[in-house]
Amino acid sequence: MADGPVRTNLQPLALHVPEPRSRPGDPVDFSDVVVPAAGSMARPDEAISPHEMRDAAFGLVRVLDEQHQAVGPWDPRLSPDTLLKILRTMALTRAFDERLYRAQRQGKTSFYMKCTGEEATSVSAAAAMQGDDMVFPSYRQQGILMWRGYPLVEMVNQIYSNAGDKLKGRQLPIMYSVPELSFFTISGNLTTQYPQAVGWAMASAIKGDTRIASCWCGEGSTAEGDFHSAMTFASVYNAPVILNVVNNQWAISSFSGFAGAERTTFAARALGYGIAGLRVDGNDALAVYAATRWAAERARANKGPTLIEHFTYRAEGHSTSDDPSAYRSAQESAEWPLGDPIHRLKQHCIALGIWDEERHAAMDLELAEMVKAATKEAEKNGVLGHGMHQPFETMFEDVFEELPWHLREQMAQALEERAAKWPK
Amino acid sequence: MAEVIEAQSDTRTMNMIEAINSALDVMMARDDNVVIMGEDVGYFGGVFRCTAGLQKKYGKTRVFDTPISECGIVGVAVGMGAYGLRPVPEIQFADYIYPGIDQLISEAARLRYRSAGEYIAPITVRSPFGGGIFGGQTHSQSPESLFTHVAGLKTVIPSTPYDAKGLLISAIEDNDPVIFFEPKRIYNGPFSGYYDRPVEPWSKHAASAVPTGHYRIPLGKANVVREGEGLTILAYGTMVHVALAVVEANKVDAEVIDLRTLLPLDIETIEASVKKTGRCLIVHEATRTSGFGAELSALVQERCFYHLEAPVERVTGFDTPYPHSLEWAYFPGPIRIGRAIAKIMKD
Repeated sequence: MADGPVRTNLQPLALHVPEPRSRPGDPVDFSDVVVPAAGSMARPDEAISPHEMRDAAFGLVRVLDEQHQAVGPWDPRLSPDTLLKILRTMALTRAFDERLYRAQRQGKTSFYMKCTGEEATSVSAAAAMQGDDMVFPSYRQQGILMWRGYPLVEMVNQIYSNAGDKLKGRQLPIMYSVPELSFFTISGNLTTQYPQAVGWAMASAIKGDTRIASCWCGEGSTAEGDFHSAMTFASVYNAPVILNVVNNQWAISSFSGFAGAERTTFAARALGYGIAGLRVDGNDALAVYAATRWAAERARANKGPTLIEHFTYRAEGHSTSDDPSAYRSAQESAEWPLGDPIHRLKQHCIALGIWDEERHAAMDLELAEMVKAATKEAEKNGVLGHGMHQPFETMFEDVFEELPWHLREQMAQALEERAAKWPK
Repeated sequence: MAEVIEAQSDTRTMNMIEAINSALDVMMARDDNVVIMGEDVGYFGGVFRCTAGLQKKYGKTRVFDTPISECGIVGVAVGMGAYGLRPVPEIQFADYIYPGIDQLISEAARLRYRSAGEYIAPITVRSPFGGGIFGGQTHSQSPESLFTHVAGLKTVIPSTPYDAKGLLISAIEDNDPVIFFEPKRIYNGPFSGYYDRPVEPWSKHAASAVPTGHYRIPLGKANVVREGEGLTILAYGTMVHVALAVVEANKVDAEVIDLRTLLPLDIETIEASVKKTGRCLIVHEATRTSGFGAELSALVQERCFYHLEAPVERVTGFDTPYPHSLEWAYFPGPIRIGRAIAKIMKD
């Protein structure tokens, strides 16, 4: 039965396997990417039924136009201070990524992941939420910690798995956990945080709290079952949660078509669940802010969850373990039709007369120095692989609240092994 | 090697990645029903390069990328198997296999039983596993005993390029579902466990001479990699090399058995060896409690009790998630194995 057509008078079936628009060496053609004019999408009331806003799941919320002006009903009308703070935080995130990427290449740690080109999807989103709203990030939302003011040196300590790492060197670099900033512990498994965010939001509703939850995943991981479980629960319980899908076009080497992008948008996933779906220019910091604020107000008013697709581009490799030149055209990043989020917000601030190139260049230098100082400070606590920075005992802590007998025995064994290796 | 079947082709020096790639290539050429799928396995050729070049050679409908859904990957493999294909899905890391576990345990493992043989799941799930690469808790796990505990799944773990190819071919040709865990620490070279010493490439190891054509190493057949009289060491995957290195360093007269297949287990080889040596040490990297070593220990005790001169010992990973910075304190390396050998030989 595996050897060809059963009925020869009928057309043979054919398997469709998606293929990206370009591979290494190919010319890049983004002409199929529809970019509506900034300001052209209507902004519905936050209490609208999801079925009355279907267009929002297929269009693109855009605020910044080609002349760097903020236009249309989604313009969040931010103060100059807020605009410059978002700009600075995105620039800090990029400066941090640049330096820590190099630190990995210098052998100071095992792994790093940049979010280059996607800074707005975390920084602007965090800016539009309350500081105590709970976030369940994936591994590329370091911008949230930057916005919420987490000390850089703590981040570097974690990345170096050193003696100062409050997570005791247990997690892969960048898998932060910061409860004091309402930032959930990051998992290396994909989209597991999605139903957890819905559960946190349900708990907040059960308790009559006012805080909402928000989670992030990549477009690739919307294929995981956890995503769909989360959507179902969010819909059934009308949970006060924002479900962010960062569509950066690439999941390691698999383009978004392998998550279903050839058929529909990721925002449109929401419609089948009866959830509000917004599709946003993820490289437009003001659009991300506005969409997040819309979703947050909707959630806070008990009007239910929102799925936001951030349409963006992963400008660099998946991680330090990845080489994107092996599977995609090197030109894609430069020719991405939605530009760069930092550049676009910078140009907007310049157009408003609240910023200029000189100040921007000075800020970049200042931020680079700030990051450098943080890495130097963290290096005093050690870098990965040079000395054992955590006491052996810590390996056995936190498996359970209390150590059972077998872990006590294993801890004693580990200490004996250490004494055998380093008798001093 | 007596167990080799049909190894008539030339040999070439291969690392384990190349040997796995060669097994897949040979099977795709021999059998149109073999299809490969998984995250990044197509154009890119897999994050560890095990499927490199195969999409170009066999086309997109036989080697293709999948959505990031382990449940989907395993589930569609079961469906393809029901049609009559012989799918070889890759799960990118064993640590990511859990979303697919219902399809493996409740479905793949039981199709034959619940349909009284009318439907089968002739699938081979390949997945890199094990630690030693600073992968942290989500890129280091050894979950083999979750699968050996399931009725209806075979579990295979190679330790050399030569074995990897022969075992993978047997797994693909097998009509039952096989979990094929590839020890990623030894993809590029054997690992002695002495992490502070230079890494050796496979090319210096005899088992890197791999026939380019088709050959099988039967499932359920262990390999006595070192003969000895004083002690039997049971190991698989990376730990075979670590155990051998410790035995050589400590000048122990140990017989080292590479299990190669955990299920079905080569109990005859184990029994004969332990009855000869009277002592048994079990080594695995996975966590200790309810690990496969517990099963091995029980079997040896049940079958060789009156030949034992010392209690059966286990050397394993600790019962914690795999830590990042304390990786080598966690790993069951030369010190842990050496101490266990000393203890077992003292009795």
